[in-house]
Amino acid sequence: MLFEYAVVAGVLFGLFYAFLSIGLNLVFGVQRIVNLAHGDVIMIGGFASWELYYTYHISPLLSVVLVIPPTVLAGFIIYRLIDGPLSRAQDPEMLSLILFFGVSQILEALVTIFLGNNQRSIPDSSLVHGPVHFLGQSYPGVWWIVAGASIPMVGLVILYLYRTKLGTATRAIMADPIEAAAVGIDVRKVSAITFGVGLAITASVGAIAPFMIGGVDPSEGVNLTILAFAVIVIGSLGNIGGTVVGGLIFGVAFELAQLYLPSWSSLIPYVLLLAVLLFKPSGVLGKRVRSA
Amino acid sequence: MRSEEKLGDIPAKSGDRQMTDKGQSLRGLGSLLKRRNLKDLLAVVVPVVIFSLAPHFYSNEILLISIMIYVALAEGVNIIYGFTGYLPFGYVGFYGVGAYATSLAILDFNLPPEVSIIVGGAISALVALVLMPLLRLKGSYFAIATLAAAEALYAIIGNPSLKSITQGPYGINIGSVYSSGGSYVVAVVLLGLSILTVIAVKRSKLGLALRAIKNDPVSASLSGVNVVVERTKAWLISAAIAGLAGGVFAWTITIFYPSAVFDISISVFAIVFALFGGVGTTMGPVIGAVVLYGLYSYVGVTQPQYFQLIFGAIIVVFVLFVPKGIVGLLGTAINRLGSLGQRQRG
Repeated sequence: MLFEYAVVAGVLFGLFYAFLSIGLNLVFGVQRIVNLAHGDVIMIGGFASWELYYTYHISPLLSVVLVIPPTVLAGFIIYRLIDGPLSRAQDPEMLSLILFFGVSQILEALVTIFLGNNQRSIPDSSLVHGPVHFLGQSYPGVWWIVAGASIPMVGLVILYLYRTKLGTATRAIMADPIEAAAVGIDVRKVSAITFGVGLAITASVGAIAPFMIGGVDPSEGVNLTILAFAVIVIGSLGNIGGTVVGGLIFGVAFELAQLYLPSWSSLIPYVLLLAVLLFKPSGVLGKRVRSA
Repeated sequence: MRSEEKLGDIPAKSGDRQMTDKGQSLRGLGSLLKRRNLKDLLAVVVPVVIFSLAPHFYSNEILLISIMIYVALAEGVNIIYGFTGYLPFGYVGFYGVGAYATSLAILDFNLPPEVSIIVGGAISALVALVLMPLLRLKGSYFAIATLAAAEALYAIIGNPSLKSITQGPYGINIGSVYSSGGSYVVAVVLLGLSILTVIAVKRSKLGLALRAIKNDPVSASLSGVNVVVERTKAWLISAAIAGLAGGVFAWTITIFYPSAVFDISISVFAIVFALFGGVGTTMGPVIGAVVLYGLYSYVGVTQPQYFQLIFGAIIVVFVLFVPKGIVGLLGTAINRLGSLGQRQRG
């Protein structure tokens, strides 16, 4: 029975992890930008959701959508600012990594300065009352709500990529930016939009993340970034659909580890990340092997 | 005149070479080499003398030791990042391993602290050897993978299940071997050693190979440079320095928790200090650590978030606009002044 419980919980968390990581993969896929501030964007989404709930009594589920427009705009502007230096760099991937590491430090510091260093949480009752019973087990209701919200959000990203004109252009750039430019795609503009969308989906998951990770605090960014990296590396970098598989594998592995090896479960994200990087750098679903 | 001017221009362009005055370089290669010897000698002797005498003028030895530890860490980051372009986010992992290995050598084997610190450095290099496959990864994957490795080391060493070996999350106490004078001396040795190592790497064939790899790994390997082996050497040296630094910290503080020696901000500090001073230079990390950590300890301890803000801004600004750091900036300024003076004289 415990095993079934862990698997169901793992699937619920896995959907959430997919939602949590997909923005990082989108941003990486387009211009090889390694967004080390990913976790901090989630954190800011969490604080936005907290403020909206306590000041305007807006449900966090609504905040998931509300945080998207301002973040797309912010992402678009940030991309325009960094595009020049990045394209001139000898190794843009490495430069973006250090750059966003600096951005992550700045964001964490600013949030601490303006909002304080305390962990904040939003009561579960803002989403749902009481537990949910499934196959004879009882689960916290918020798990189901968050997992339920993750499916359409991840689905929308995939629809955007595969069913819209902009998404097709985005995938063309992911495959080869030079050839994309050659067939008349405005690489700079589409990249900026995709960067904005990537950040927005990340802030959006932040709005409901406090229910799954026990609150929101300014220093949570680093660990969330590593977690998201583990998920997208498992699912294979640049493969958006793979993120869902990565999230599910990660979620179930983590819950099972917590059941059978509770004191070692905190090792899971790191060990999985290292193992995949070393033994199958292309990810579980990857076809091409990245040159090391 | 023309050829002389060209000679003088070379050091300015290849930024990692020692900066030389126009007037000096004119006297030919012999004096250039001598001058380089003198500069390298001063780079080691001046900081060592200053820090040896410092306790007579300034009583906060812990702060002085911390600065020396950070100089060593920044130089360690310099060796791996400055020479290979591989950024070790998880550098703190070796520091923590060094601190723990040193403490356990003292507690379990009753080794003298000085020897235990060397054991700490050796064990860190050993861990680096185990993590060697990470060097196969591309730069940005390497950075994240080392971060994961450091967190994994923390999760293992601080694990409650290992309480009988490492005390788990409950911390280490080596108060029985506390010696403020002794730990100060080893900190000065560590300081000198770290600067000396950078100079040695820079002047050796290894340094040449690493620079070639950084510029273009494919061409370097075609010219007979074994990319992986040379990178591994830099990686092991840099890990050993962090291990020694961790050992010195352990002996200085004597009571600490795993969270203190696996704190990711130690990596952040070391990287920022190296970037600020100038990676690939000898004195850059020294200047970065002394200036920024000094500043941090005066104003930053009570309100670290403001320093985090400043550090973040330094990373962004320096990476984008001042990639050669303060030392590079000064070098360019001196060269400009030099060529200005020469033009006026001519």
